[in-house]
Amino acid sequence: MALRELSSLEKYLGLKKPNKYSTQGDKKVPVLQSNNGAPVAGLVTIACHLVKQAQRPELLGDSAESRAVVQQWLEYRVARLDVCTKDDIKITLKDLNLYLQDKVYLAGNQFTLADIFMYYGIHPLIVDLAVQEKEKYVNVTRWFDHVQHYPGVRHHLPLVVVLRNRVYTSGHH
Amino acid sequence: RFRDIAAILATHTAQMKLFASEGNPHCLKALAALEVTGVQCDVQYVNHEERVVPFLSRPALPALLLPNGLYLFSSNAICRYLFEVSGQESSDLCSQWLEWEATDLQPAVLRALHVAVLQGKGAEVSKALQGPLNYLDQSLSKRTTPYLTAESVSVADVVLWSALYPALSASSLASVQAWFDRVAAIQGCQAAAQKVLQGKGLQGMKNYMQRQPAPQSSQCRDTLSHNSSPTECDEGERVVSEEEMEAAALTWSKGLDSCPVATERQHPILPQEGKRNILLTSALPYVNNVPHLGNIIGCVLSADVFSRYGRLRGWNLLFICGTDEYGTATENKAREEGLTPQQICDKYHAVHASIYKWFQIDFDFFGRTTTKKQTEIAQDIFWRLHKRDFLVEDTVEQLRCESCQRFLADRFVEGICPFCNYPEARGDQCDKCGRLINAVELREPQCKVCRQTPVIRSSKHLFLDLPKLEGQLDEWLDKSTGSGDWTANAKQITRSWLRDGLKPRCITRDLKWGTPVPHPDFAEKVFYVWFDAPIGYLSITANYTDQWEKWWKNPQQVELYNFMAKDNVPFHSVVFPCSLLGAQDNYTLVNHLVATEYLNYEDTKFSKSRGVGVFGDMAQDTGIPSDVWRFYLLYLRPEGQDSAFSWADMALKNNSELLNNLGNFINRAGMFVSKFFDGCVPVMELQQEDKRLLAQVGWELRQYIQLMDKVKIRDALKHILNISRHGNQYIQVNEPWKNIKGGDSERQRASTVTGLSVNIACLLSVMLQPYMPAVSQTIRKQLNAPESCINTMLQGTGTFVCALTAGHRIGTVSPLFQKLEADQIEALKKRFGGQQVFDVHEATSQNTASAKPAAAPAPVAVAETAAVNGADPERARQLTQAVAEQGDKVRTLKAQKAEKAVITAEVAMLLDLKKQLALAEGKSPEPTPQKGKKK
Repeated sequence: MALRELSSLEKYLGLKKPNKYSTQGDKKVPVLQSNNGAPVAGLVTIACHLVKQAQRPELLGDSAESRAVVQQWLEYRVARLDVCTKDDIKITLKDLNLYLQDKVYLAGNQFTLADIFMYYGIHPLIVDLAVQEKEKYVNVTRWFDHVQHYPGVRHHLPLVVVLRNRVYTSGHH
Repeated sequence: RFRDIAAILATHTAQMKLFASEGNPHCLKALAALEVTGVQCDVQYVNHEERVVPFLSRPALPALLLPNGLYLFSSNAICRYLFEVSGQESSDLCSQWLEWEATDLQPAVLRALHVAVLQGKGAEVSKALQGPLNYLDQSLSKRTTPYLTAESVSVADVVLWSALYPALSASSLASVQAWFDRVAAIQGCQAAAQKVLQGKGLQGMKNYMQRQPAPQSSQCRDTLSHNSSPTECDEGERVVSEEEMEAAALTWSKGLDSCPVATERQHPILPQEGKRNILLTSALPYVNNVPHLGNIIGCVLSADVFSRYGRLRGWNLLFICGTDEYGTATENKAREEGLTPQQICDKYHAVHASIYKWFQIDFDFFGRTTTKKQTEIAQDIFWRLHKRDFLVEDTVEQLRCESCQRFLADRFVEGICPFCNYPEARGDQCDKCGRLINAVELREPQCKVCRQTPVIRSSKHLFLDLPKLEGQLDEWLDKSTGSGDWTANAKQITRSWLRDGLKPRCITRDLKWGTPVPHPDFAEKVFYVWFDAPIGYLSITANYTDQWEKWWKNPQQVELYNFMAKDNVPFHSVVFPCSLLGAQDNYTLVNHLVATEYLNYEDTKFSKSRGVGVFGDMAQDTGIPSDVWRFYLLYLRPEGQDSAFSWADMALKNNSELLNNLGNFINRAGMFVSKFFDGCVPVMELQQEDKRLLAQVGWELRQYIQLMDKVKIRDALKHILNISRHGNQYIQVNEPWKNIKGGDSERQRASTVTGLSVNIACLLSVMLQPYMPAVSQTIRKQLNAPESCINTMLQGTGTFVCALTAGHRIGTVSPLFQKLEADQIEALKKRFGGQQVFDVHEATSQNTASAKPAAAPAPVAVAETAAVNGADPERARQLTQAVAEQGDKVRTLKAQKAEKAVITAEVAMLLDLKKQLALAEGKSPEPTPQKGKKK
């Protein structure tokens, strides 16, 4: 899973030759074997490394504040979203929905690495949502749809159909 | 060096603010980073529960408010930011350590703190941290620099040190210890630790840890989602080892000989030396209501299953329950029906008793609270509390209706809401604005009975001084929740009560129908029901046996289980224990508190007034047997989360699980013996495949026992159904009906398969006994099984022995279950309310169906026509059948070990059918678990 995400990111970044990866431990943490220097371990760490390699620093945020926000959501992805239990799913979606209420992307108006990896991570949850729930978490759905259509991002994941008109106007589910 | 840069940045960071709470280990990171970098930032200490970050539902501290108004809620991102603004950007290596800290170290630290702080097992910290510490030690020992990433301290050092500091006093790993000491020596680190933990060590974090959900054992969503219902579990891809197979075969060969025969219950049951003595109570149902299915599964049925199981396990067990009869509601009901309260109680006590009898609830004694013993014991506890100064006096203002000559309970007053002017607000709460109201604050109050205006009277009352008992309670709770099986909701509700702080609680009321307060200053008053009712457990036992104190004043020998729904938890975990602790008479206090969540009815609440739902007395009129009711309610048991009763689902589960899976297997096994072997169990010669099955069944049996021992009643049921699934598959693959017509070796194969299957049926009858006692008895009768098999199989961790040996003659075999037809279910659904609710669903599902992208083609013609329809009973019936057929097809393919791609395609079709069925039944489709997703 993690390796497919990294390979999708490489394609998005337009890196010419694909990197070599291995995994370590029970949790299959990805490790990037690089020719020059020590190996880099961890999904987020490798992703940031690739972004720097591709000289696209704006994907990590263009100020100290937005860099912090990007790092926060990347951490959220691997430390919270990936281990969120069935019971937590609703709270996770509710919180994210509220957060995205006044934002286009996770770090505000700018598309960043945080959007890409939160999108990869939340995809399985969105696939399972019923139509009513997609409407309930309308900001998440809007953001999700936006990111999955962002050129070059989706790659390994199936498109999730999002309706643009509201089916349930009453708000009663 | 950081301090100079920080001074320059002071203006930049002026508006920054860090929110932290004392005793919260996560805050140490942020405070340490602040100290080490010297960044200027206001720090505000708040309560653990304070919701600082506006978009998060759960409190998240520390939180950093950035100059641009955004919040950071992850401690690592905060530290990284503080280092960046002080001129130190994180290297790849730093990032790598931070990511490892968040994903690997942090969960381990939380587990370690949980056991150390809340369970007092400080010694287990090193075990919990072992994995991550070894990794850290290896990495450190390979490095040549003094710190994790460089010659000087970095954000990685501060974060990891701060994460470890609260849990780790010393490490036996040399490299870790040296590094840990080096970071500790940095001045800012110690100062931050002092601020967060206040020098109190682990105890300093107790308050914080109590508010946290218990850490999960490294399970993640993918494994959990398969557990959502007992049937949709992983299809037993468990690998069985050779050793397991041999061990299972050895156990099997032991037979029944050596085991004790079940002893008849002899009343009165009393604790016995050297036995596990269990006193088991189910919450006392309030007498003037007919219990609904939710009440039944919440207490009496759950308690019944566990007590039946306990008796099978050979525990010395007493199961007590009864009706709770005192209180205003009874007085009122009596007035309504023109009877005396005593007559009302007599009438409804009989109603309860007959409902529970029909549900086969096997109480050792079902009593009531309106007895002489109740008065004696309640008054004794009262005087003991009084003598020990645990009761305080205070004046209470209450409404009194002069024309009815009585004080009005909250629900007998109506008036204008002081907040929103709603004219029909009740004395305790306004239905319009939902605010809680004190009855005396109502404007223009009216007595609901006579419509006169009541007057405010003050009257003297006695209060149980809970704050004075809090220390003792705390100490006892730590012990009881640490060693007993308390459900998660019970622990959590109790914690939240303690967190809010205990207040004195009034124990007296101005009523007539109750246990009289014996104190002369409070004549004419009775005990408040919450004080009185739990004492009912004691008095009911006293009515059962004069030697009741051997159960209730004997915590050394007796283990007490309380079963209830979650709304009853505080009275059993806080208030009643306080009464007993204060009375100081060596009372037996609860060891295991088992609370269920709520059961809803077709996604709404049971409501007597709206006529929604099935109530205990109606269940018997449905024509559906008591055992099937029990099965479905237990299958749905709201264990860990709310669940919902649904007629369509009940029919589906009856037809698929009981009829097609369990009943089918047991019936086939018995029929083969009758038809092919003249009713005598044939000779069995075990081959590898048979031993594998023995091992599989043995494993399921062990799981069942482990879960039942922990009162996971619903989860344990899954393993019973798994066994018959294994059995069906085994018969399907081995085809005894063909082999019986073959040569000698084929005939021997048919013998073995039949013999083994009929023995599994015998085991199933034992495992089913707690759930479906009548069916269990019927199976044993049909198999003519020796009674001793009941006790043998559930010994120790579970022993599946050959109970029906070669030559054993079985009885007459007949089908165990009947199909529930769609029209029958539809009629029941209409009859029991749901109508209004049903309409909502119809609308919903219609939309769901039409909004979906084109459905995959289904193998039955009917499927295509109705993709646009909403709830449609006829279609549901067809689909139920289609699902069953498709299910069989998949099972057969799997049994034949067909190609994976073929199976996958058929499974996809099955899931699609199920989804359509859900729609046709007017439910929104269950999200399908993401199978095959690898982590």
